[in-house]
Amino acid sequence: MTPRPAPRRTLARLSTLAIVAIAATIVAGCASDDEGSSNDSAESGSSDALVVYSGREKEIVEPLYERFEEETGIDLEVRYADSAAMAAQLQEEGDRSPADVFYAQDAGAIGVIEPLLAELPAELVADVPAQFRDRQGRWTGVTGRVRTLVYNTDEYSETDLPESVFGVLEPEWKGKVGVAPTNASFIAFVTAMRLELGDERTKEFLEGLVENDAQIYEKNGPIVDAVGKGEVEVGLVNHYYLWERLEKDADLPIANHFFAPNDIGNLVNTSAIGILASADNRDAAEQLVQFMLTEGQEFIVNDAPEREYPLSVTTDIASNERYRELPSLASIKAPDVDLSNLGEELEATVALIRESGLGS
Amino acid sequence: MLSCCVAILPAIPIAYLLVRAGGSGSDAWRSTLESDLVAIAARSLALSLLVAIGTIAIAVPYAFLVVRSDLPARRIWALVGALPLVVPSYVGAFALLGAFGPRGMLRELLAPLGVERLPEIYGFGGALVVLVLFTYPYVLLLVAASWRRIDTSLERAARGMGRTSWQAFRSATLPQLRSSIVAGSLLAALYALGDFGVVSILRVDTFTRQIYLRYGALFDREGAAILGLVLCAITFGVLAIERRVLRGDQRGARRRIAARDDREPVRLGRWRWPALAFVTTVALFSLVIPLAVLSWWLASLGADGLWADRIAATAGAAGASLVASGLGAGAAAVLALPVAILLVRAPGRLPSIIETIVYGGYALPGLVAALGLTYFATRTAFWLYQSLTLLVVAYVIRFLPQAVGATRAALERIDPALESAARGLGQGMFGSFRRVTLPLAGPGIAAGAMLVFLTVMKELPATLVLRPTGFESLATEIWNQTSVSDYQDAALPALVLVALSAIPLWLLVIRPGSGVDTARGSTAPPGDSGAGD
Repeated sequence: MTPRPAPRRTLARLSTLAIVAIAATIVAGCASDDEGSSNDSAESGSSDALVVYSGREKEIVEPLYERFEEETGIDLEVRYADSAAMAAQLQEEGDRSPADVFYAQDAGAIGVIEPLLAELPAELVADVPAQFRDRQGRWTGVTGRVRTLVYNTDEYSETDLPESVFGVLEPEWKGKVGVAPTNASFIAFVTAMRLELGDERTKEFLEGLVENDAQIYEKNGPIVDAVGKGEVEVGLVNHYYLWERLEKDADLPIANHFFAPNDIGNLVNTSAIGILASADNRDAAEQLVQFMLTEGQEFIVNDAPEREYPLSVTTDIASNERYRELPSLASIKAPDVDLSNLGEELEATVALIRESGLGS
Repeated sequence: MLSCCVAILPAIPIAYLLVRAGGSGSDAWRSTLESDLVAIAARSLALSLLVAIGTIAIAVPYAFLVVRSDLPARRIWALVGALPLVVPSYVGAFALLGAFGPRGMLRELLAPLGVERLPEIYGFGGALVVLVLFTYPYVLLLVAASWRRIDTSLERAARGMGRTSWQAFRSATLPQLRSSIVAGSLLAALYALGDFGVVSILRVDTFTRQIYLRYGALFDREGAAILGLVLCAITFGVLAIERRVLRGDQRGARRRIAARDDREPVRLGRWRWPALAFVTTVALFSLVIPLAVLSWWLASLGADGLWADRIAATAGAAGASLVASGLGAGAAAVLALPVAILLVRAPGRLPSIIETIVYGGYALPGLVAALGLTYFATRTAFWLYQSLTLLVVAYVIRFLPQAVGATRAALERIDPALESAARGLGQGMFGSFRRVTLPLAGPGIAAGAMLVFLTVMKELPATLVLRPTGFESLATEIWNQTSVSDYQDAALPALVLVALSAIPLWLLVIRPGSGVDTARGSTAPPGDSGAGD
């Protein structure tokens, strides 16, 4: 006999690995089966933990959820994913969804699952102005964020910057503006512009951006980083990324510039929360919504780095030092449209963005 | 039979797309398809084919150098050449952007020397280069594995008859490598078709980007499903091209496996230096620079008191990644076997349909596959939903072709006469399979399992949708860190991901006796092992 050949050993190792893997899979499968049926584990959708689908980022909202758990003693099971992907996931799950609550990054994402949501008790959302919640009471805005022009403070001062968002089409800004044309927040902004100023004017704006060699990015965050590094001088983004970055590095040469009051460039959009009709933990779910609109608002205003706008009228920011540089919500243009139900309007917007040559 | 059952899995997301797209009205079809989709489809297809060509151009010479030549430290180079596989392509794209972007590190370095403009990294060319850099190891691993097993006596005979080395290579060696070249480059091409990270970061408008736009900004599931079906059609087109043009005459390509030979390495002589320059350049761009950028980002975090948290989170995620990837690799390797056997031993119409379905699942974006499983699991097997088991099923659906391709390439090089001989010597079907086929195909199967393992380590979109609540892998940890802030915070999990993936790769590529490596040439050739000569 020759010595035991190498391939045999490989095979032995390989089959051991495979057998272990399969056995482990089966065990894991059975384990999760048991958990599912006996409902006694914190890992599965058991009745005593509240399941939250969070389209908002872990880094931003985890402290908020932890505060809620401390205050109420209710356990949360939080899943994090991209808001839009999560909305699609909730649609596929339908009324079998394990989720009790969906906290979405924007009104558009929660708008598509409206049919799956339960109506919120009216007194729960009474302090949120009507324009920031669903007309049929199925979801409510929690925080507001404003479109803004982030700029590099080494290169420019506030007075150099345009009064209107159309100002970035001037020749002096050629190649210096960052935009994220495939990002949901930019598409919502362009949609609002279309509804406010018409398709013609909006098309001019988009084509102007192309002619002015606007720099394309995938998301808002990278634009803010690019402005900080001087890769571009200014960028059209949401206001709250700036503060998160300044928190980490106070020396970054970036600041937000808001356009003149009521300019379409200052559009406001909201993060939004709703309770699934299929939730089997309605009480706890309502407690979470209530928390978000009361103590949660205080936390957002005083402790969270992002400096989003609280939407409950009971939370005051007028005298808050952290909001000194931010314009009041009242001075910001809110177009007369339902941002959660843009459906075909979004389609038309994307077609316009594509025609303009900005999309690719 | 068995392989039909296996093919049911990848059929799930395709069936889901049919349900979704079929449920939408003709308006949805018209409005989705009337935009400039032809241009986007052409761009996607071109990117995918050029990635295939690019990976072959790098991987085949590289494989020659580390398998057949006397390149110094070639076992190290074999590992280094495979390592870019463990860099998630989205991380690689970001890191290369950090180095070569308009305001990247390189420009800062070169600016004092008067260099004003670097080649544009954004756009089609940049995406092509990045995708090639991070997918060529798919081809390299498969080609190197089969190169180590092929019969070099043919090539020697050809040279003995007065052919030049190149002619001998073309006529004797290349045909034997063909199936692994095709299998590997197909993996790279379809990876490029389904990849979202690189094309979105480097701003190339491809099909996958359009699908994500439908979900992400338009909240349009029907439109996304319609595009998904078109992507499937493109995938089938790539498969058809692969079958018709590249594979050629299969039977001609099948050669008996190596007889005992002394494996005298080819002497490079003065070609040693260009050869070293080649492997160094590849390693520089696909490995050294990305890792250096990541390390730089990690170092720039400084001492900020958050390190205990970071390390704890990363360690937990590392454990989860290893378990999920191990399960995914094991399951894929086992399930790939019946499919590969069918494809090799009984080619025909049904097997080619099965193959098409299996590869169809691979080119679909991960989100589509995940939503398909969500749709079916919540309706038929709710107890499985968001369990580790279903997550492993998703990995199998997404990456089965990696295991099938490798296993198939290995099986194709086995002479069926060996199995007949074993049966003639009294072995049953199972016995001959166990004692002849498996040992000979072992390295190929192991290489396939390893590819799946490494790819699962990086998988993100399906993991986000289907993971058990609270399950954090290294990939989801990177995602958590980068969804808000800069890439700095993702550097630690990204580096750990690379380091952890390098260990199994080391076992496979370098360790003596691991089967793939025969550099020592001291072990008995596989042809002797089971057939009882």
